[in-house]
Amino acid sequence: MRLEPRQTIPMWMVLSAPVMAIITALVVCAGLVMWAGEPVLQAYWLLFKGAVGTRFALTETLTRATPMILTGLAAAVAFRAKLWNIGGEGQFYVGALMATWLGSGMVVLPPWLMIPFLLITGALAGGFLLLVPAILKNKLKVDEVVTTLLLNFIVLLFVNFLLEGPLKDPMSMGWPQSASIIDEGVLPGIVSKSRLHLGFFIAMGAAVIVWAIMRFTVWGYEIRAVGFNAAAAAFSGIGVKRTVVLTALLSGGLAGIAGVGEVAGTKGYLTLDLSPGFGYAGIAVAMLAALHPLAVIASALFLAGIYVGADSMSRAINVPTYIADVIVATCVLSVLVSLMLTRFRVRLR
Amino acid sequence: MDVFEILLTAGFWAATLRIATPLIFGTLGELICERAGVLNLGIEGIMTMGAMCGWMWVYMGGDLTSGVLFAAFIGALFGLLHSIFAVYLGLSQHVAGIGITMLGSSLSYFVFRMLLPNATTPPKIDAFENVAIPVLSDVPFLGPALFNQTPMTYAAFVAVIGVWYGLHRTPLGLAVRMVGENPLAAEAQGINVLAVRTGAVMFGSALMSVGGAFLTMSAFDAFFFGMINGRGWICVALVIFASWNPGKALFGALLFAGIDAWQVRVQQLPGVNIPYQFFLMAPYVLSILAMIMVSRKALYPKALLVPFRRGERT
Repeated sequence: MRLEPRQTIPMWMVLSAPVMAIITALVVCAGLVMWAGEPVLQAYWLLFKGAVGTRFALTETLTRATPMILTGLAAAVAFRAKLWNIGGEGQFYVGALMATWLGSGMVVLPPWLMIPFLLITGALAGGFLLLVPAILKNKLKVDEVVTTLLLNFIVLLFVNFLLEGPLKDPMSMGWPQSASIIDEGVLPGIVSKSRLHLGFFIAMGAAVIVWAIMRFTVWGYEIRAVGFNAAAAAFSGIGVKRTVVLTALLSGGLAGIAGVGEVAGTKGYLTLDLSPGFGYAGIAVAMLAALHPLAVIASALFLAGIYVGADSMSRAINVPTYIADVIVATCVLSVLVSLMLTRFRVRLR
Repeated sequence: MDVFEILLTAGFWAATLRIATPLIFGTLGELICERAGVLNLGIEGIMTMGAMCGWMWVYMGGDLTSGVLFAAFIGALFGLLHSIFAVYLGLSQHVAGIGITMLGSSLSYFVFRMLLPNATTPPKIDAFENVAIPVLSDVPFLGPALFNQTPMTYAAFVAVIGVWYGLHRTPLGLAVRMVGENPLAAEAQGINVLAVRTGAVMFGSALMSVGGAFLTMSAFDAFFFGMINGRGWICVALVIFASWNPGKALFGALLFAGIDAWQVRVQQLPGVNIPYQFFLMAPYVLSILAMIMVSRKALYPKALLVPFRRGERT
């Protein structure tokens, strides 16, 4: 068996790659459902209904997708430049932390200023957190995979410390949680009787902006060039190190905004379980979207639906809710293969 | 007792060896994979899988030794899966590894919940007990400090010697190092590059899995969610710190474990007012510092991250 590069890649093939990956993942995970002793089709039907079947389910899925779009963009931008940012979780939390610190009474501005202020400061916090691994990579060639991963744990412990100490809400009856974001800073709801908030439109807007940056600006071109072949990019006069720094600020900033959105939109205050792994889920979102910023929206909606639907399914039948994580993981692995099949033709000899 | 007197207690040294054991297994496993040219970021998930599988084997009625072997077998299977993506298909080793980690952890939790749906407090098994080595364990201070451990800790030290010998003194080890440095030359010698890489990744993953199993079968006697807690990532950092050398890997793991054991004891000293979270950060901060320290002279295996396709020059 050998792999032969394709001369041209037809559009239908690119579009069908994620679909094939999703189908593969669902087929593989059907084995787990069967093992649980439940009918596969009914289980997936319950999952589907739990994700989009009712008005409530649909808004929950959109709410869940909001941070995933942003962390997905964060991963997509970084991976494009081959900056392996696995630290979305940490950047999410420093963004949330910044919003909590500034937004729970320290700064009071009218809403039209307060919300952008929180978003920008949160983005800066996330961006600066990723700047540390990026600079270590640039200056000392320290592998950014490990540094970003380890920073996740450090940040979470730091948040833990603040929530049990300086940032702890004295009215919280002993729970480690912060004071609430002041009303001026809360992202307004956009659908009545749901948790869906302005953050959803912010995330969609961010996807369009990131797409425009990657598609139309010199900076986006440089990010893609560095990712494609850093040596060639350097030879043609692109500042590779500068591009890595800018990519880090953009990527970390996007993950930071996700954290602001969850604190100021969905939850209203900071806790240690603010993120059920949004940073890591962002990697899956980005991979399923083949690192395309606009496809990230669809990919995040789909994966959010899997999480929300699986929660609801596991309450109805005897399939643990962790099936969602297994489906997501299988999607990541199968999309890797299906994307490869778009680039190569398999020749059996 | 002050912060330095801790170092003079036998309990501290015994704890150091205990904490080091999973790190030794994990670091050796990652080291073998990387020496063959394959980064294995599946380590965190493979360790979770090993922790769950070994424990579950014993909980379901198996004995401890076969439980460890079962964990190793499952680890090797995950290594095979990683090889299919990273070696045979030549896909991004970073993304494939992260995917394996996501799969390993989620599958562990799924299987655990599936088999024990109603477990609220984690059920327990009869874990490995300490085995005192005759004569040596009677030596004052050193005996209780070093020679009264569980069999898996002794096995970790044997594994260091075995991996060192295997990598540096056998033809097979030479082949492993060769496919990680110069796969074309290895192929010219008649070595099947893909097969050697696959074998190395499977063996390395088996070791990682045993490291995970140590936690549920030796250090503790139950499986908790999130119990690997970044140990796998620390192992990846330790491999770089050890510059891909089994002996230095042992040293690195012991150094880290020592600092970890020390910080736990410093926390409990009267008059120490540093919040405990900062102590818990120590292993992660140290891992980053260790990587910065060795960064200037880090000699990566030359073909690390480079996929090999037969009949193709790069």
